[in-house]
Formats: sequence, C-alpha cells, structure tokens
Amino acid sequence: MKFVNITKDNFNNYLYSGIFLIFISILDVFLNSFFSINATSFLPEFLSFVLPLIIGFIGLYFIRVEHSGIKNLDIINKNINTNNFNAILTLLIIFVIIKSLPPFLSWFIIDANIAGDSKEACTGTGACWTYIKIWLRRFIYGMYPNAEQWRINLSFISLTALGLVGFFATEKYKKYLTLYYVVIYPFISFLFIYFFISGGRIFFDFSYGIIAAAISIILGFFIPNKFKLYYFLIVPITFYILLKYVFFFEEYIELGMIEGLVWVETGAWGGLSLTFIISFFCLIFCFPIGMALALGRRSDFPLIRYICIGFIEFWRGVPLITVLFMSSVMFPMFLPQDVYVDKLVRCIIAISLFEAAYVAEVIRGGLQALPRGQYDAAKSLGMGYWKMHIFVILPQALKLVIPGIANTFLALVKDTPLIFVVGLLEIVGMLNLAKTNPEWLGFAMEGYVFAAIIFWIICYAMSKYSYNLEIKYKTER
Amino acid sequence: MNAKLKKIVPQLLTLTFVALVFGFFSYNAQLNMENRGISFGYGFLSQESSFDVQFSLIEYDGSHSYFRAYLVGLLNTILVSVIGIIFATLIGVVVGIARLSSNLLINKAAAYYVEFFRNIPLLLQIFFWYFAALRALPLPEDAEPIFGVIFLTIKGLFIPAFIWNNLNIFLYSLLAAIISTIVIRSYSKRLREAKGKQIPVLYISLGLIVGLPLLSFIIGGVTLSFEIPQLVQLAKTSFRFNGGLGLPPELIALTLALALYTATFIAECVRAGIQGVSKGQKEAAASIGLTPNQVLKLVIMPQALRIIIPPTTNQYLNLTKNSSLAAAIAYPDLVLVFAGTALMQTGRAIEIVSITMLTYLTLSVSISILMNWYNKKIAIKEK
Repeated sequence: MKFVNITKDNFNNYLYSGIFLIFISILDVFLNSFFSINATSFLPEFLSFVLPLIIGFIGLYFIRVEHSGIKNLDIINKNINTNNFNAILTLLIIFVIIKSLPPFLSWFIIDANIAGDSKEACTGTGACWTYIKIWLRRFIYGMYPNAEQWRINLSFISLTALGLVGFFATEKYKKYLTLYYVVIYPFISFLFIYFFISGGRIFFDFSYGIIAAAISIILGFFIPNKFKLYYFLIVPITFYILLKYVFFFEEYIELGMIEGLVWVETGAWGGLSLTFIISFFCLIFCFPIGMALALGRRSDFPLIRYICIGFIEFWRGVPLITVLFMSSVMFPMFLPQDVYVDKLVRCIIAISLFEAAYVAEVIRGGLQALPRGQYDAAKSLGMGYWKMHIFVILPQALKLVIPGIANTFLALVKDTPLIFVVGLLEIVGMLNLAKTNPEWLGFAMEGYVFAAIIFWIICYAMSKYSYNLEIKYKTER
Repeated sequence: MNAKLKKIVPQLLTLTFVALVFGFFSYNAQLNMENRGISFGYGFLSQESSFDVQFSLIEYDGSHSYFRAYLVGLLNTILVSVIGIIFATLIGVVVGIARLSSNLLINKAAAYYVEFFRNIPLLLQIFFWYFAALRALPLPEDAEPIFGVIFLTIKGLFIPAFIWNNLNIFLYSLLAAIISTIVIRSYSKRLREAKGKQIPVLYISLGLIVGLPLLSFIIGGVTLSFEIPQLVQLAKTSFRFNGGLGLPPELIALTLALALYTATFIAECVRAGIQGVSKGQKEAAASIGLTPNQVLKLVIMPQALRIIIPPTTNQYLNLTKNSSLAAAIAYPDLVLVFAGTALMQTGRAIEIVSITMLTYLTLSVSISILMNWYNKKIAIKEK
C-alpha cells in the first residue's frame, strides 16, 4: 500500500519537501533542548510532544526512494531508512541524543568547576572536578605517605620500561623472550614491589643480594669454565652472608649512619597503584596454575584428573567475595599460630587460585579444539608427554584461546575492587572513603564517573590489544 | 611392571601432596580452635540469632534461629538473582537483536551500550546506582506517583500489593493449566507425526492458561484486590509509605547494576547465536515453502538457541554469584546476613564460610547439571 506515489517526475519535489520536514523536526527538538523554546506550545501538550516525530517520519517517508541515483541519499536510505519501523527508530535515537546532550555537557564541562582547592570553589550546578583534583593523590596512591610516593612512581616506570624490552629485542635475542617474561621479569617485579615499595629494613637484604651478585658475576669472568658451576653455587651466598653478618651494615643503620627506606605496611597501600599491583601478580600467578590444571584435567591418570576437576569446579562454583572472606577469616585458622601471612599476599593467593580455575577451563577448550592428529603426529615423532605439550600442543592451543584468556584477565582486573572485603582499599575503596569525608560530602557522582572512566580505558585498551594479538597469531588451518 | 609403576607413582605423589596439605590445615584448625575454646559443630544453627534483618521475604526477627537467618539471606539472594535474570534476559535479547539491525544508528547504539557497560567493574556500577543515582531521587513526601499508584522515592520503590483470597486454589488451577498444556503439546506432536494432522495448540494452550485461572475467580472463590501505598506522616519531617509492597533502594540498585552488566554479555551470546545460523538454512527453509514465521520458529530459532543457551546459562550463573556483591551496599543477602552478621556474632568462621560456599556451589552445580542435561537433549543427533 502506498500513500503517495513517488515517480521520476515529482521525485525532486518530494525530496526537497522531505528534507525540509526532517530539518524542521530536528530543529524543533534542538530548540527545545538547547534553548528550552517550545515552538509548538500552542498545540495540546501530547500533540506538541509527538509532533516532531510525526513530521520527521513523513519527511523520511518522502525521501525513501530506491536507487535514486544520488549517492549520499542512497547511503542514508540504506543505513537508517529502510522501512517505516527503522525510520521511527532512527528519529527516536537522534532525538534522544539531542535531548540528552545539553544536560550532560552542562554537568560534565560547562557548569563544572575545577579551579580552587576547597569545597567552596564548587559553586556551579555541574560536576565538582576540584574534588577529584584534591583527592587525586589518594585515589592513585592510597594511604601511602606523600614523601615516599616517588618509590611507587619509580618502580612502575622501571617495570614498564623492563616490560617493553620485548618490543625492542632484536632477532638474535627473540628466543630468550619467553624465558624473560615467564621467569625473570616476574621475579624482578616481585623484588621491586617487595623491597622497594614495601621498603624498610628489609631493603638492605635486597642491596646485599645485588651487591653480592654483582661482585660474584664480575669475579666470575676470571674463573675457569671448569669450576664455574661450583663457584656460582658457593660464592654469591658466601658474599651475602659476609655482607649481612660480618660487615654488620645493620648496626650502622641502627646508629643512624645510613638511612634506609621507610617501611610502608601493605595496609597503607591503595588506590590505582594497588589495582595495578594486584592485577599484575594475579595475572602472573593464575596463568601457570591454570595451565597445569587444564593439563591435569585432561590427564590419563584418573586420580589426578578427578582432583583437578574437583579443584576447578569448586572455585568456579563460588563467588569471589566468599573466597576473599575465606582468605580473611578462615585461612588464618588453617595456619600455625605463630605464622602470619600478610593481608595482601592472602588476597593475591585467593584471587590467583580463583582466576586460575577460569583460565584452566579456557585453556581446556583450546586443548580440546586441537585435532587428534596433532597428538598422534607428535607421538609418532617419539616425543614424550612434556615435549609433545610444550612444543606442539600448547603453542597451538594457546593461540586458539587468546580471546578467552583476555576475557578472563579483563574479569580479573574488574574483580580487583572486591578486595574491600579484607579491608584493602584500591581506587573504588578510596572513593568510598573520600565520599564519607565530612568536608567533601555529596560528590559521590564525580568520584564514580572518574573511576569508571579510568577502568573503562584500561579494560577497553586490553580488549583491543587482545584483538590485535588474535589477528597477529591467526594461522590458517 | 615398569609401565604400571609409571602410572601409579605420579598419582600417589599427588594424592600424598593433597592429603598432606589437608592434614596440615585441619591439624592447625583443630589446634587453633582448641586454643580459642571453640568446638567445631553446626549446633549453633538452632540458637537464637538476636539480630534483625531489614528486608525479608519470610517472617523473621531476632528471636528466630540462625538457620532462619540463613534462609532469609538465601531467599533474598534468590530473589535478586531471579529479578536480575529476567531483566538481563529482556535487555540482552533486545540489544543482541539490535546489534544485528540493518539500521546503522540502532546497531551502533547497541554496540556502544555493550562496550560501555561491560568494561566497567560491576561493583563500581552498583556503587554508582546506589550512592549516586538513587540518592538523587525525591523524598517520600515529594514523590510524584507514576500511573497514580507507583512511588519511586529515595526510600525505595513502592508498588501496590496484591491481596489474595484462596490463593492456593488459583495456583492449583494455574498448575493444572500448565500440565494440561504440556500433555496437549506432546499429544499434538504425536498426532502430527502419525497422521500429519495439525491442531491449533497455541490457541488451546492460551485458552487453558488464561481460562482456568479465570474460572477459579468465578467459581473457586478466589478474589484479588490491590493495596495502594499511602503516605503517612510519622513526625514533622518524617514521612513513609504504609501498605503496598516496598522494595528497598538496595534491591533496586543491585538489580539495575546486575541486569545492565549481565545484559551486555547476554547480548553478545544472542548475537553470536543468530549469526551462527548459516544463511543457507534460511533460504532452504523458504524454498520448501515455509512461511517466514515458520522459518523463524522451526529452522532459525532451534539452531540459534543451541548456540545461545550454554553461554547464556553461564551468564545466569555469573549473575547469581555476582549478586553476592550485595554485601557492599548492605542488601541483606546470604553473604551479608550469614557470612557477615552471623559470623561476627558467633565467630564460627570455618562452619559459616563453608556453609555459604557450599550453598553457592550447590546452586551452581545444580544449574549446570540441568543445563548439561538440556544441552544433551537439544544437541544435534547425528545419524
């Protein structure tokens, strides 16, 4: 059924009147929302409300011509104006965008305040970004003392730099990269976090270790190859013991002759840096555990298989919050009385085990997707279980499950705010703390929007990166 | 002999390791509990709980037992999960289909929705709705009624309550209608396969499901009336709603966040499912003379559902588990009531945490067993 008959002759008339009608309808909504002028106020309320929709709909109906010969018109018709239903949806979306833009802009930018350094500076009706500005340090570093924050900055910068090594490695060193990223890099990061960010007396153990290692490596060049193994087994430890117990550096510290780094307990860590630390370590730990569990679940030994199935299904069946509850109230009961495990460490263990179960299921999917021929071929070459998995099966399986693993890691990052259960405050926790500060009441919205933007950027970047990886490692079968 | 040994040794080693860990833990737990003077046992469940819960589906106050408190928490968890699942499915299906729309604007809007909500931590979203968005709602005395009977205020959502007379007769009639519908469906299927006869199953079952409960109103003595919430003044500046059904703001915030967050994942499942059915199927179905409705019902949907249902179930499970984040905004769910308040009062960490975990585990495992069974039922049977 056709209401109007659009032919070649009257086509131009309809086109222009259609464009005019659409323009009028959008203009009406625009005036209404940006300048609060109701151009059709003489009409009854309901009619005035739906009038732009009707006018715009008629306009879209007029310009809907198949193969008009005008390129832009054809593109518009094809994408947003294929039938009546689509036309109405299109108009509705355009109107909603126009309507919601002014309040959003005025809150976010136009009426917002960022100047000043107290609550009084926020006089506008918009957002109070001053609040974020003042509290930014706390949101990033938590309760970490202001004077010591350079340690976090320095650690993060050096760790990022060390992490980027892979991009600059030349062809010659490429084969060592896996070893570097799987073993050496996590170890270095652990040392940084443990000795540098945590700091304190124990920092000196770190320096002894470095000095001992450095001296023994330099001396090692002069040792004949034959004795090198024995040399490296004995000498570094000897040096370490000498430095620690014979030269008695520690006495100098107590006498105040050398100043060490101030010890900052993990309870004071927080904010965005804690989010990063927890995500980073859980990521490192959950991957190998998950891989082992996945292999265990497909093992030929029934006992190992059932233990792995039980383990995986247990962690997958409970919410993370109860796991964290367990780590905070139940786990200490399982340890000998004089053993105390740090809150943060307990958290990291709990989250790692939890996410490992999910990683295991993802990797199992990849293992199952490989054709049997791969296993048979590897076996027929005389490879054993470990050789077969390391050189043939796992590289292919992991390639297949990059998106799944990326999703699990994303979930991990998004799960970090849950550590509020054990009393650690990363960025969301700090927001809740700042919100209850009597001097800064009433700015919850700004805080959450700020954190949402940060998390969104992190997660979106991660998902895009994983997408790129997926493309890069895609191999045709 | 050597091969056999090679099989047994690793298993034995693993078993020993697991046993050692368990032994170490339980030995320490025993020692610790002895030192603190508590004995392991679940007897505390029947003790008087002496704490109140602000929102409960069953009758409960401080004089009831800890077990009753556990039930209150469990029911609240199930309530928020069920509401969340319903809304998440509705939004998810709509957005998933919108993602496949030929209209560029709709398509992009759905894509932005998905990208936006899935990349922000759920806890942050819950906090946002509860502490920022819902706090902007009006006070009870200023609230404008929606349709004259619903009030959305800072104290929660107040809707009319149903007052039933002889509710059980109504429920029985509904149950009878559902059972007879199932019987008729299977009968019609057999009839169709045996004789090729079609009977209008849809109309018959609709008539049954609407008609039988209606009949119960007319002859079963069932009556239904509404109780509309009324604003009452408690003190000079303190107002509240009496009567009707009050949903606390915690429940609303939690449901909103859970539904909007999970819907993004369900939308992706729906999209993948519909895209997974090859175009040839649709064309083939049309070419043997099926109507577009039949194509959708008999060819596309069964295949798409096969792809959609397993990951969607996973999302339902995730939603149920995520509902435990309720503890962060003090919605009295299982974690807050039982693993929070009850644990603080009794100090029985091992018993309470283990019960809580087992409950969630039972929920998850039973749903996944059900889903595996369903999956097997609808899987393609290759001949």
